[in-house]
Amino acid sequence: MRFLCLYKPGQESTGAPTQQEMDAMGALIGEMSQAGVFIQTEGCQPSAKGARVRINGGQFTVVDGPFAEAKELVGGMAVIQVQSKAEAIEWTKRFLAVVGRGESEIRQLHEMPAPE
Amino acid sequence: MAPTDAHRAIDAVWRIEAPRLIGALARIVRDVGVAEDLAQDALVAALQQWPHEGIPRNPGAWLMAAAKHRAIDVFRRSKRLDEKHAEIGRGLAAEQNRIPDFDSGLDDDMGDDLLRLVFISCHPVLSTEARVALTLRLLGGLTTDEIARAFLVPEPTIAQRIVRAKRTLTKERVAFDVPRGADLEARLSSVLGVIYLVFNEGYTATAGDDWMRPSLCEDASRLGRILAELTPNEADVHGLVALMEIQASRLRARVDESGRPILLPDQNRALWDRLLIRRGLEGIERAERLGVARGPYLLQASIAACHARALEAGQTDWTRILSLYDELARVSPSPVIALNRAVAVGMASGPQAGLGALDVLRDNQALRTYHLLPSVRGDLLVKLGRLDEARGEFERAASLTRNARERELLLERGRRQS
Repeated sequence: MRFLCLYKPGQESTGAPTQQEMDAMGALIGEMSQAGVFIQTEGCQPSAKGARVRINGGQFTVVDGPFAEAKELVGGMAVIQVQSKAEAIEWTKRFLAVVGRGESEIRQLHEMPAPE
Repeated sequence: MAPTDAHRAIDAVWRIEAPRLIGALARIVRDVGVAEDLAQDALVAALQQWPHEGIPRNPGAWLMAAAKHRAIDVFRRSKRLDEKHAEIGRGLAAEQNRIPDFDSGLDDDMGDDLLRLVFISCHPVLSTEARVALTLRLLGGLTTDEIARAFLVPEPTIAQRIVRAKRTLTKERVAFDVPRGADLEARLSSVLGVIYLVFNEGYTATAGDDWMRPSLCEDASRLGRILAELTPNEADVHGLVALMEIQASRLRARVDESGRPILLPDQNRALWDRLLIRRGLEGIERAERLGVARGPYLLQASIAACHARALEAGQTDWTRILSLYDELARVSPSPVIALNRAVAVGMASGPQAGLGALDVLRDNQALRTYHLLPSVRGDLLVKLGRLDEARGEFERAASLTRNARERELLLERGRRQS
């Protein structure tokens, strides 16, 4: 089963990560690759470069970043393939231990055909 | 945490840590069976302590320390204890009759330990069935029950297969080593064969009521990715991983809502998983950058990529596929590859030419009971308008497959030809 892991750091990203942070993240991704669970990951640039697009009653509204509510800001995403939700949670804990703050929302992705 | 949550979390940690733990222990005690016993003992300790104390920050190191304490304890008392423990004692004693150096535990060699574990699980002294079971158990993190369900055999059969496999490895004194030089190629080919066998059993189950068992495809893909991390310079390993990614990209397009198979030309390609296709194409590039002659898996991945690149079945580059099959038939000749090549001949040069390439295989002993031979022949005959003959071929194919879903599909195709 595959999970989408959406990371919400709880604050706007503050510049480039330090060498130490990058090394720690590199080690974790290496560990995940060696366990065969790593599929894809991407990090987001500051929300000032993004926008929120909504539809309501057929009308679009576009709100350019930066966004005020820091809590909901998405900082990055990963797709992992694991054997259980518990395993996805465990890898997420290891990720959060490296970044040190915020929360991750993990969502199982649709599989077709549906698993037996 | 509720007890069940705690146990689920421990099980997850265990599945993540077990391969490395068993690998490190096997290097130290020089016996895979003993290593697994010690790892299991560490798991028992974790199940006793973690629900109360919480999961430690570095669970891998905790489990290693627990296994170490257990091993030293057992080593000291081995003469007085029961058979299982005596066996552990012997394994430990084998190393210069002293307590092995557990402090070298989980170190930088972790990758090497895992790789040794891969090679020993797929060792040629074991039967293919035993290799599959041991690999899924030690590296795939599957329980014997899960393996049994995946292969539709009773749980005790798998359990016994694993026990015997471990005993054989001990008896034959199989070195816990990464093969080098000329040996490496043959041993690696055995590993790739085991992984692809697992994948194929998931992709098109040889028996049972489900045409596919996607969880086996996932297990195989995971094993393949692990191996590709451990042997980054082996082109055909990347080839196999790419092949599995591209084939798996079609999983959701391969059956309808009621579980009936949908064949490649009829699939809704919008359902193909573009992420897996992209990973597959990247794997092929990685393999080709290594600049060695293309092996059988890389060639098959390249064929799969031709399908993946075609947004509609009609856009498929069959000429290129045929030339890849020609190369594959030279590199790795087999009746099944010759059969697939005949399909490509039929698409690239017309059904009559395909039939010609196929009929060379009609008396091939290896294909005598292979359902895809009459099935492919039926396809070609339909295109030639020889419907009565085609019906006979589909009926024959249906009588040869052990998979219920595939049988239905073949019978249905037979009925349509009138």
